[in-house]
Amino acid sequence: MIGISPVSVSHYLVVGAVLFVVGAICMATKRNALGVLMGVELVLNGANLNFIAFGSKYLRAESLGLDGQLIALFVIVLAAAEAAVALAIALNFYNNHATIDVDQASELKG
Amino acid sequence: MAEFFHTTCSLPTPLAYLVAAIIHCVLIIHVVAVGALIFIWLERKVSGRIQDRLGPTRVGGAFGWLQTLADGIKLIAKEDITPKDADWMLFKAAPYVGFAASYCAYIALPFSDGWVAQHMNTAVFFILAVLGIEVFSPILAGYASGSKWSLFGAMREAAQVVSYEVPLGMCVVVPCMICGTLNLVTIGNQQAGLFTNWLAFNDPFTFVVAVVYFTCATASVNRAPFDLAEAESELVAGFHTEYSGLRWSFFFMAEYGSMFLVSGLAAILFFGGWNGPIPIFQVLGWSESDGVLLYLARLGGCLNFLLKGTIGVVVMMWVRWTLPRLRIDQVMTTCLKYCVPIAAFGFLGALFWQVNELPTSNDLPGIGINRFEARESWVIEADQQRASRAAAVTPSPSDVPIGPIGSVEFDRVEALVMTGGAR
Amino acid sequence: MLLAAFDWHSLFFMFFALLTCGFAVAMLFSDNVVHMAFYLILSLGASAGLFFLAGAEFVGAMQLMIYVGGTLVLLIFGVMLTAQSRFISMKTRSGEWVMALVLGGSLLFLLLTAAFRVEDWRDGNPNAADIGIAESKTTTQIGMGFTGVRVDRLDAPEDSTLVPGMSGYLLPFVIVSVHLLVVLVGAAYMARTKRRATSTGAAA
Repeated sequence: MIGISPVSVSHYLVVGAVLFVVGAICMATKRNALGVLMGVELVLNGANLNFIAFGSKYLRAESLGLDGQLIALFVIVLAAAEAAVALAIALNFYNNHATIDVDQASELKG
Repeated sequence: MAEFFHTTCSLPTPLAYLVAAIIHCVLIIHVVAVGALIFIWLERKVSGRIQDRLGPTRVGGAFGWLQTLADGIKLIAKEDITPKDADWMLFKAAPYVGFAASYCAYIALPFSDGWVAQHMNTAVFFILAVLGIEVFSPILAGYASGSKWSLFGAMREAAQVVSYEVPLGMCVVVPCMICGTLNLVTIGNQQAGLFTNWLAFNDPFTFVVAVVYFTCATASVNRAPFDLAEAESELVAGFHTEYSGLRWSFFFMAEYGSMFLVSGLAAILFFGGWNGPIPIFQVLGWSESDGVLLYLARLGGCLNFLLKGTIGVVVMMWVRWTLPRLRIDQVMTTCLKYCVPIAAFGFLGALFWQVNELPTSNDLPGIGINRFEARESWVIEADQQRASRAAAVTPSPSDVPIGPIGSVEFDRVEALVMTGGAR
Repeated sequence: MLLAAFDWHSLFFMFFALLTCGFAVAMLFSDNVVHMAFYLILSLGASAGLFFLAGAEFVGAMQLMIYVGGTLVLLIFGVMLTAQSRFISMKTRSGEWVMALVLGGSLLFLLLTAAFRVEDWRDGNPNAADIGIAESKTTTQIGMGFTGVRVDRLDAPEDSTLVPGMSGYLLPFVIVSVHLLVVLVGAAYMARTKRRATSTGAAA
């Protein structure tokens, strides 16, 4: 742990990659609609971490500058909007079908 | 502080930081824990007086000083019960979430000029954000208990706190807008001088906003008349019905910790922070000196701040034992139909006042400082220290840039905006 | 000397990174949806710590405020509203697990090799300790960026087609705010309870 310094962009990318992959697996395997939604949040957060890393002056002398932070803020706001809509859909689904299992949502299958 | 240990005690840098961090943590945990101890005793005395009783009188002398300590010993000795239907992990974890959040917010709360654990450029925002996290503690506790009373309390709490964050945020924006910063140290220093310099008296709208802030803060820390999450007469004890022993007392430490936190925030944002009504230390010239006198001035400021925070807490107690509890629909009506519009109106009014440069109390003649001269001075100071340290290590003259920070070349920006260049 | 090479920044990075990844993985392997939400809170909170470490104070506080304090409260609300005992833990079939883990593992391998491939990303900024507090104050600049003025780029017209300092985000900011308003109104409309009308109709 002592020899690792200084922390670089690559380290942040590793954390971002782990979050992204875990989120993607979560989206693929969870049967609860809200579990899928949590996977989406993790994926967005992983992407956010990369934006922050590339925009940070502490990690890279030639950083992206403020654009990284600004885009991360947009991502956070859009994630909030997305969660609100997805939750409304999930609750509607629960009201109409009395289940939250996404595998049961197969009425549109041809 | 780390610099002090590094230079004076000649500790190596990492160790110096470690020692400084431990000292900060210990100080803050004393504020939270000992503060809770004192406030619980105070609440009993205040409620006793309001209800025409004496309150605790026996333990530790005539005023019952040690009543809370005796209660604490009782709570430690009590059995820690977990209900059969409880979700074991969340049931155990929930009290600590609330306590950790309440404690964590103190990191950014300055107690006097420069006496803050971590200088943050976004201190106000950070404190609000961490206070927002505290809501998870009752929600998780209520869910994990596996009891209907707890779940009702948790749902009420979630709805209430999330709604009240909106007017609370709007009220907090007003002082930040007037001072032009989110840094609490700077906001506090801009109110130095006579009490007319306090932001609550800046213009009529800020006073209204200060009152609305205090209402919303009371609601967001779940104090009566907004304590629907507990509501003894309806829900037994709300979200902590199933808790016992020391785990239960963590909820109370978190509650009293965040009570002092929102009162302290109110003191800094609206009521001058560590500046007394009459600037004694400035008249004496202690705040501009250095060494022991400066330390004494800051200590006086710290006492000032603690007094103001305590007054806020006592007002909350006074309100609690005076007003009856609201119903849940009345709580929501208060938030959405009264607090939000009034806060928005106050925000627009304060903005109007600023934009038209109407006279504020800051313009009054007398002892006082121009609000904008105090802006961000700590940044320049910190960078000068950094530069001088760098110069001490390497004999070559350092070229660390020290520039005006708050005024980000406003002339050029203004010219750009005026020519319609902004897209 | 061991102590001289010691670096709190790296230590805290390791701490927050382990928390973030650990709780994310715990969330993946947890069947109980309420536990998943709890792990997600901790994971996102720890990643806010990573934001603070990277010098993005405003974004970190925003993450705590909007993401953890807003979005996740909403999510937990949803979980509690739908948490009947049969939906709390839903097992995934083992075939799906194997498939997902194999695909995810290969994707992770790809991303990790990519992360260390570019030399410029691999070494941190050696002068990171020299960045002054004044330079790390970005809140005003972010705010001005949202109003369309890039005060951090006044002296660096890297693109000759742009007016210096004029690559702000005013239009995206307005679009996002209107979008958020529309979405929230729409979500409230969709999630409102319609059961009363249908149930009385059915009862009649």
